[in-house]
Amino acid sequence: MSDVMDAEDKLAGIIAVHRGHEGPLLPILHDVQAAFGCIDPAAERAIAHALNVSRAEVHGVVSFYHDFVSAPDPRPHVQLCRAEACQARGAEALVPSARSAAGERVRLSDVYCLGLCSVGPAARVGGNLYARLDQAALVALVESA
Amino acid sequence: MTTVRIADDALAVACGADAVAAAFAAAGCTVERVSSWGMHWLEPLIEIDGEGFGPASVADVPAILAGTGRKALGRVAQHPFIARQQRLTFARAGQSRPLNLADYAATGGWCALDRARAQSPADVIAQVIGSGLRGRGGAGFPAGLKWQTVAAAPGTRKYVVCNADEGDSGTFADRMLMEGDPYQLLEGMAIAAYAVGAGQGYIYVRSEYPHAIAKLRAAIDLAAPRLAPFRIDVRVGAGAYVCGEETALLNSIEGKRGEVRAKPPLPAIAGLFGCPTVVNNVLTLAAIPHILAPQGASPYDSLGVGRSKGTMPIQLAGNIRYGGLFETAFGITLDELVNDIGGGTASGRPVKAVQVGGPLGAYIPPAQFDLPFDYEAFASADALIGHGGVVVFDDSADMAALARFAFAFCAAESCGKCTPCRIGSTRGAELLDRLRAPIRVIDPVGALPQMHNSPKALRSRAQDVALLEDLCETMKFGSLCALGGFTPYPVLSALRHWPEDFSVRDTTDGI
Repeated sequence: MSDVMDAEDKLAGIIAVHRGHEGPLLPILHDVQAAFGCIDPAAERAIAHALNVSRAEVHGVVSFYHDFVSAPDPRPHVQLCRAEACQARGAEALVPSARSAAGERVRLSDVYCLGLCSVGPAARVGGNLYARLDQAALVALVESA
Repeated sequence: MTTVRIADDALAVACGADAVAAAFAAAGCTVERVSSWGMHWLEPLIEIDGEGFGPASVADVPAILAGTGRKALGRVAQHPFIARQQRLTFARAGQSRPLNLADYAATGGWCALDRARAQSPADVIAQVIGSGLRGRGGAGFPAGLKWQTVAAAPGTRKYVVCNADEGDSGTFADRMLMEGDPYQLLEGMAIAAYAVGAGQGYIYVRSEYPHAIAKLRAAIDLAAPRLAPFRIDVRVGAGAYVCGEETALLNSIEGKRGEVRAKPPLPAIAGLFGCPTVVNNVLTLAAIPHILAPQGASPYDSLGVGRSKGTMPIQLAGNIRYGGLFETAFGITLDELVNDIGGGTASGRPVKAVQVGGPLGAYIPPAQFDLPFDYEAFASADALIGHGGVVVFDDSADMAALARFAFAFCAAESCGKCTPCRIGSTRGAELLDRLRAPIRVIDPVGALPQMHNSPKALRSRAQDVALLEDLCETMKFGSLCALGGFTPYPVLSALRHWPEDFSVRDTTDGI
C-alpha cells in the first residue's frame, strides 16, 4: 500500500516540477519514464488530468516516441547503432553474435546514430558509449550488461 | 608539473579517454579536459605542451610521459589534417575547456554579442544577410532572410529555437559543437534573439546525445547572466528522427506527437505556440558570432563559391581511414575529401560509394568525385549536401540492401501524416524485396480485388523497376517534408549507379 502511495507522490512531484512551464508534457514523460521504467495507463491518466488534456492525447504522444514504453522492461538494455555509417564499418556482421550473447537476459535494440560515425561500430548502455567495437568487444559488452 | 590535455567529448570518452585521463592524473599530471580537435582516428588524443600523442591507451601513459613511444604525432596544430582546414565555427576545437568561461572570453567570446547589442536589430540582420550565411541543417535557406521575416512579423512573443536533433547518420558536428564549445551556440542564439526580439529560446537535443545535454545545461546555468534578459532551455527529444524536421520539432516542444505541419504558415510567421519563431540549426547559430565579430561579415562572404558562402564543417565518417571533422570553405571536391584528406577506406579496400547528407542523401560513385561541395552543384547532380556528413563505403557494400534500408528507415521513422511517406516507404521496401527474390511472385497488394488498376498478371522486372521509379516520383513530390521527399535520393542513386546490385539475390547471402 505504501509503495502505491510513494509512486503516486513521486508522479505528483514530477508533474508539479514541470506543469508551470511551456510545453510540459515531454519533460514530464521523460522523468516518468526514467523514474518508473515506463509510462503506464495509470500514469497517463494522472498526467492527462493534471494538464487538462485528454488521455488519448497523452497516449498518442507516449506511443509516438521510441523512448517511451507503456510496460517496464527491467532487463539491462544495450543499444547497437545500425545506421549507415556503422553499417559501412561492419556493424551488421556483429548482430548475430550480439543477439545470441543477449539471449533473453539482455534487451538488445537498434539505435539510429549515436554521433560516433567515424569510430563505429558503436553502442550505448545507459549513459555510457562504446566505440570501435569488434565481435569480441561487443559480446563482452552484452555479457557484462 | 606536466599539464596533459585530453578531450572530454562523447567520442573521446567512448574511445576510452576517461581511463587514460585517470592514468595521467594518477601519474601526478594536471589533466585538463578540453574539446576534441576532431581527428577521430587519433582519439583519445593526448596533448602535452602542444605535442600530440594518439590514439592513446592506459598502457601508453609511461611512454608518453617519457616523451618517447610510437604514438608521438608532433605539433597537433600543425598536423596536416588541421593545418589544411579553415576553422571558423570550430576555431576553438581542441584548444579550450568547454565550460570554462575564462577560456571562452580569452578566445574572443561574447565580443560579437556585445557588438550586436550596441547596434540596432535591423543592422544585425543586415550583416547576417550580407554574410550570405545559409541554413546548415540541410535546406540551405538564407538565415538572414528568415530572421528578417521573424523580426517583421507582428507579435510581442517570439522564440529562437535551435535544432540540435542531429539524427543523420554520418553527422556529428552539432554534437561536437555542443559538447566542445557550447557558449558559442548560446552566444549565437542570444544574438538571434536580440535581432528578432525574442525573449525565450529552446535547444531541442536528441536523447541519443546525453553528454551534449549535460554540457548545454551546465553552460546555460553558467552563462545565464551574460545571456539575460534572454533565457534558454534545453528540451530533450525522445528518439523520433522526424523531429529534426522543423515543424515536427516545434510540435514536439509543444508536447505533441512529432508530426509534420503543413506549410504555410511558415514557422517564421506562426511557429512555436503559434508565435513567430526562428528555427536554425546548431551550426547556423554557431556561425553567427564569427559573422558579428569585429572583422565582420565580409571575410565570411569572401569564402566559398557561388551562392554557398563561408565555411562548412564537413564530417568524414563511415569506412574512412582518417575520419573526423574537417571545416573548410565551400568548393572542395569529394575526391580531395575522401581520398586525399580522408585517406580512402579504413578497410583498405577500394571506395565503392559515398553517401553525402545523411540517410536521405544520394549515393555518389567515385566517377563523380570531382563534384565540388556546393549546394547548387550537388542539387544539379541529383544529390544534396544536407548537414555535411560524408559516409564512405568500400566495395563490400550492397547498394540494393542500402536502398532497401532507406525505405525501411523511412517506414520506421515516418510520422504518418502524409500518405506517400507513410505507405510509399513500406511498398518500396516490398518492391525491392520482390526485385531481388529468386522466384518472381505477383505483388500481393496489387492482386487484391479492390486494386482495380493494377495488373493481375506477373510483372516483368522492367515493369517493377518502372513502378519503383514511379513510386519514388510520388514520394518526392507528394510528401510533406524531406523524410518522404528525399528517401528517393538514396534509392534512385543506388539504382542508377549500381544496377548490377539490384539483380536477383543469392539466397545464401542473408541480409
